[in-house]
Amino acid sequence: MKISYQWLNQFVDTEKIDPQKLADQVSLTGIEVASVIAPDAGLKKIVVGHILSTKPHPDSDHLTLCQVDIGASEPVQIVCGAPNVAADQYVIVALPGARIADNVKIKRGKMRGEASEGMICALQEIGFSDSVVPKEFQNGIYVFPNPEPVGESVFEYLGMTDRLIDFDITPNRADTLGMHGAAWEVGAMLHKRPQFPAVEISEGNTKTSDLLNVTVENKEAVPQYLLKVVQNVNVQPSPLWLQIRLWNNGVRPINNVVDVTNYVMLEYGQPLHAFDYDKLTSHEILVRQAHDHEQLVTLDGEKCELVADDIVITDGQDPVALAGTMGGLNSEITAATKNIVIESAVFNGTSIRKTAQRHNLHTEATIRFEKGIDESSTEEALQRAVQLMGELANGQSSQGVLVGNQVIPVAKEIVVVPKHVNHVLGTEISAAQMASIMDDLGFAHQDQTDQLLVTVPIRRWDIFIEADLIEEIARLYGYDKLPSTLPVGAQTIGAFNTKQTLIRKVKKLLLANGLDEVISYALVNEQEASAFTYEQTADIKLAWPMTQDHAYLRQNLISGLLNDLQYNLARKQNDVQIFEQGNVFHKINDEQQPNEIPTLAALWSGQVSAASWLGKSQAVDFYYVKGVLTDLFENLGIADLVTYQADAAIPELHPGRTAKLLLGDQVLGFVGELHPTFQHELNLPEAYVMQLNLDVILAQDLPVLVSQAAPKYPAVERDLALIVHQQVTNAEVVNAIKAAAGKYLTNVQIFDVFTGENIGLHKQSLAYRLHFQNPEATLTDEQVTNAMAKVTAKLQTDFAAQIR
Amino acid sequence: MSLKDQLEQLRRKGVQDISETDSQKRLNEIRVKLLGKKGPITEVLRGMKDLTPAERPTVGAYANEIKQDIAEAIDQRLHELNKVALQHRLQHETVDVTLPGRPIKTGTPHILNQMIDDIEELFIGLGYQVVDGPEVETDHYNFEMMNIPKNHPARDMQDTFYITKELLMRTQTSPNQARTLEKHDFSQGPLKMISPGRVYRRDNDDATHSHQFTQIEGLVIDKHVTMADLKGTLEVLAKHVFGEERKIRLRPSYFPFTEPSIEVDISCFACGGEGCKVCKYTGWIEVLGAGMVHPNVLKNVGVDPEVYGGFAFGLGPDRFAMLKYGINDIRQFYQNDLRFLHQFQQEAK
Ligand SMILES: [Zn+2]
Repeated sequence: MKISYQWLNQFVDTEKIDPQKLADQVSLTGIEVASVIAPDAGLKKIVVGHILSTKPHPDSDHLTLCQVDIGASEPVQIVCGAPNVAADQYVIVALPGARIADNVKIKRGKMRGEASEGMICALQEIGFSDSVVPKEFQNGIYVFPNPEPVGESVFEYLGMTDRLIDFDITPNRADTLGMHGAAWEVGAMLHKRPQFPAVEISEGNTKTSDLLNVTVENKEAVPQYLLKVVQNVNVQPSPLWLQIRLWNNGVRPINNVVDVTNYVMLEYGQPLHAFDYDKLTSHEILVRQAHDHEQLVTLDGEKCELVADDIVITDGQDPVALAGTMGGLNSEITAATKNIVIESAVFNGTSIRKTAQRHNLHTEATIRFEKGIDESSTEEALQRAVQLMGELANGQSSQGVLVGNQVIPVAKEIVVVPKHVNHVLGTEISAAQMASIMDDLGFAHQDQTDQLLVTVPIRRWDIFIEADLIEEIARLYGYDKLPSTLPVGAQTIGAFNTKQTLIRKVKKLLLANGLDEVISYALVNEQEASAFTYEQTADIKLAWPMTQDHAYLRQNLISGLLNDLQYNLARKQNDVQIFEQGNVFHKINDEQQPNEIPTLAALWSGQVSAASWLGKSQAVDFYYVKGVLTDLFENLGIADLVTYQADAAIPELHPGRTAKLLLGDQVLGFVGELHPTFQHELNLPEAYVMQLNLDVILAQDLPVLVSQAAPKYPAVERDLALIVHQQVTNAEVVNAIKAAAGKYLTNVQIFDVFTGENIGLHKQSLAYRLHFQNPEATLTDEQVTNAMAKVTAKLQTDFAAQIR
Repeated sequence: MSLKDQLEQLRRKGVQDISETDSQKRLNEIRVKLLGKKGPITEVLRGMKDLTPAERPTVGAYANEIKQDIAEAIDQRLHELNKVALQHRLQHETVDVTLPGRPIKTGTPHILNQMIDDIEELFIGLGYQVVDGPEVETDHYNFEMMNIPKNHPARDMQDTFYITKELLMRTQTSPNQARTLEKHDFSQGPLKMISPGRVYRRDNDDATHSHQFTQIEGLVIDKHVTMADLKGTLEVLAKHVFGEERKIRLRPSYFPFTEPSIEVDISCFACGGEGCKVCKYTGWIEVLGAGMVHPNVLKNVGVDPEVYGGFAFGLGPDRFAMLKYGINDIRQFYQNDLRFLHQFQQEAK
């Protein structure tokens, strides 16, 4: 709500403190201020003018020549195109040199040959939003209702010199959605008790209950429902001061009756509604739940189809208002209205919120009912409206308030223990200081031994427990006065756990191998979600996704990496080597949370080393990727436990260039090239991907490392070349060598792979270097030769190897 | 001519030849020629038999002296020639030091994770544990336990990605407060934890909104933890992330799970508090929300709020990074344009 500085001062004297300063202070002690609005900002040389006479423009059928008194010695001529311009109007004149809205400068000029000494303005032209301009002036110039001093700046007369402090409230502080609540808040800050004028009304002799009956069916949802009738109202525009209050708060002035209901809402935060008494088909007001499919045309002309969860006000038969939301067109106040019913009520906030959402009707009233209102002033607000309708519309109040329901909450009593307050805040605030803050807030209190018994007024329904009052004390005492300390108490050890340590390590290793880290979306589309998986687990779908692109929880990380690849390719970034660490989600059932599996995935596409003046670039291939994985596994101490199995189970991967990774007998993940078909469908270049389940690594028990001294005795190397069938794998040969070579074999390295006509069809030549070492003595030639003989024999037996 | 004179002549001639030689090969030839078994010195010494026994030792010693002199002269000349040769080689062995090196690449950690890692390490140093929690949460933990009962406006369907009525994508890392508190054994000491992770909101992605973003939750519960401790902790955080000169400012706010609740501003790092575009001419920038844990949250997890209490805070690494590096579109974090990612290489710790 935009708090008018001038209006505020009617309730609490701010001693002319600069509005911006006041706003800054409020932000620090209570309510965040979004901005302080100066309606006349940037405007100048705009004055009250009096149109002395008009005559049509000789060369135009829609322009008028006006002789306007602008307070100068002579009247000036101004050409005006507004349809509603007429003699004897007091109007807004932008003089030559004026600045009007949108920083437009007004110049002396000629319009179709006639001199024009400025411009007669519409409200929109001096910065008013179209939504607050009274309907009669919406398509023309603004005309003052009464004469104003000619030649003087208009700003003061239109309320534009006021300053509007825009309270950006949190949901708990809806008590400041009325001027009274705002005055309490500002008053507490300034240590001043706000003053509110008493409501005084004179009632007529006709009893309200003789004019109306009321029944509230759903008393739970309508804790208060109060009515009064005002008879013989004279419906007309409101006085300017009231219109100013409304438009400065974003409310369009309509007529005095409707304006009064809105004005009182701004004053008290209590929404009111006025019905045309004579339009009600019966005078038996019934408040009830709507029937499904029941219809109501609301004041905005829209037809609403109601549901049983909506609350409606009916005239015994048909709905005449959607409770707390918007009135019905069938009981609208018009210029012809004579007698009115004013409703002041409290409706259940949740119900109103749902109704507002369902029908997309978010009004000043629904905002307040949703967030709460001061239920102790529901009746006073009703009387206040009756008072103003008497003063402004000559209406005669009926006698007594007709009560459909009136359950007013009880003020809460809360014990505040100063020791607790200081314990929580880390302060040394005295009990007397706390009591004084309660005084500033207008909270009654009894000062007892070691504690205060505070009575919280109903207008502060956000306060329930001592902690809430500690907050009141803290904010008004001033957070800037809090000391700044660090927690003391028992020492605690900060350390990453095993999983966090592993994640940090694998990320560092991939970074070191030239991969960039990315973060992709965990919510993906249906195809992406279940691609690159071994077991087809069930999809996890959002109930109401925003878009189909982000409707499913990912079961793999590769899809996200492919999106990132595509994004970069579209921007001519062709060398993409990226990884992501994140969770994939495996559904258990509809009731349980899914398994969230910490996963590491990487993608390589393009050149892994760039071309330079020193040589050509190097494109990624299977063995490059495997090299990175090997480095990773060696650093994790699991290289010897990981096996690679040729695998064609994942349809998105190349069946001949993919390996399933096993850690012991557990599936660790996979590495491979994209399937050419899949690659083609996504219009991608050749790319390799890998994905690892980090839980499998975490579950692997590694023996405690015991160090060994560097070998003292020399190692012996022997080379071995053999020709075997192409289907024999490297792993098979290495395993055979390891099995046969005896205990002194420390390492086997393949250093050449060769196929060609000269070695025979379906044959391959493999060359290995075997490292032998005896940690306790120098190996003899004979020992090594024996070992080699055994290896050779085994290879010949197992693979019919031809040793070269 | 006496033997001695012959030897003297040989020496003079030899030394001169050596000093005039400018090839290592020629020096070797000289060495063989002069000092070899068929060399002139050996030849001269053969004439010793004609000498008297008394003369022999003198001439013999003299001959050895000459041999030695010549050998030394050869070595010295060889050394000189090597030096010249090296000089010559070095003159031809230069590289252009301004040519680029071989391309060697390390990857760049994602800036959001850099931010998270940095904050994690700060709090590890302060004795906090880092706690992970599920991204798919239950309504119970995400809302109910956090003092956000059903029908609370904060639970509106439009803000939350529900999977079923009970399962949802967590909208905040706060549920980890309840999860950790439930498990914590206070007889083993206070609870000090932070919990980073991805969170989700039902938003349309645009420059300032993302349906996925990151959060870090902080929580300290003990018998005597004060709001002043919260202020001091947040000061340490602000200075660590945004610079030693930063000041912080607390303003009242509202969160269902803290009471009192505050918003925290830091003094503008762009202008130092004078007022500029970054801070919207206020000198302050809002960076996070915090407060003292609401007694209901403690009750919900079976911790007695009469005995225990403490503070909680929640911050957005996305917002931190956007502020710190002047990033104006949150989507850049998740599009992973390599050119965007690479610029943060120098920030990696
Ligand atoms: Zn600044």
